[in-house]
Amino acid sequence: MSLSKRILPWVAMLSAICLATGLIWGFFFTPDDVRQGSTVKIIYLHVPTALMAINAWLMMLVASLIWLIRRHHVSALAARAAAPVGLAMTLVALLTGALWGQPMWGTYWAWDPRLTSFMILALFYLGYITLWSAIEDPDTAADLTSVLCLVGSVFALLSRYAVNFWNQGLHQGASLSLDKEEHVSNVFWQPLVVSIGGFVLLFLALVLLRTQSEIISRRTQALLARERTP
Amino acid sequence: MMPDLGKYAVTVLLAYGVSGLVLAALVLQSLIRHRSLRQKLSDVEDRRQ
Repeated sequence: MSLSKRILPWVAMLSAICLATGLIWGFFFTPDDVRQGSTVKIIYLHVPTALMAINAWLMMLVASLIWLIRRHHVSALAARAAAPVGLAMTLVALLTGALWGQPMWGTYWAWDPRLTSFMILALFYLGYITLWSAIEDPDTAADLTSVLCLVGSVFALLSRYAVNFWNQGLHQGASLSLDKEEHVSNVFWQPLVVSIGGFVLLFLALVLLRTQSEIISRRTQALLARERTP
Repeated sequence: MMPDLGKYAVTVLLAYGVSGLVLAALVLQSLIRHRSLRQKLSDVEDRRQ
């Protein structure tokens, strides 16, 4: 915990710098898109949060696997700590997507494969958080939530790749791609990358902070339990 | 300084406003919870000493 305490202020500061730079650059200093007009500025929030919504779940999957295989308590607590952050990222991605969709698609919501799998991912986040709170024994809670995390990973991956295997959806392909023809224009791409960096660091800072909170909470509960035993 | 957002001004500003609120709430909740848990642990440790 001492290492995470030492790096947390640096990660938080870097995150604030990248977020401020990426969002101010994107909002104030990029032109409107020919087709999307000024709504293209929503990309600096929507793409990074959607990316982090999926990657947060994948991080929880890795931490859950470590818990199931190695019984490493901190990994289970890190997975628990990441869930509310992932949920917030999913909500922001859904809300900004809906706001962008109204003028561009003529609707806030459509039962498109990517949108639907994202909605299901948000419900998985809610279920995961609720399950952790509902079970008193921490090891049992970690076991059950890890299994739920494995199941939810299908939807996390589906929300990433849904546009590739269902062509009938409204949602366009990836904004960031190694294929230059699919890639967004450089003028939007550069602030977008800075913004993505900011959101990755924000996620990292929040997960470090919340994992520390979970460890402190666990230690407090252990001390209180020791006080109660005669 | 403010860019001309044209007919989509409300949409863009709403997207930034709502996102800012959600993320600020998450950061604040994380900080407040961390502080309160640290205080609780410190109280329990003091009591034991």
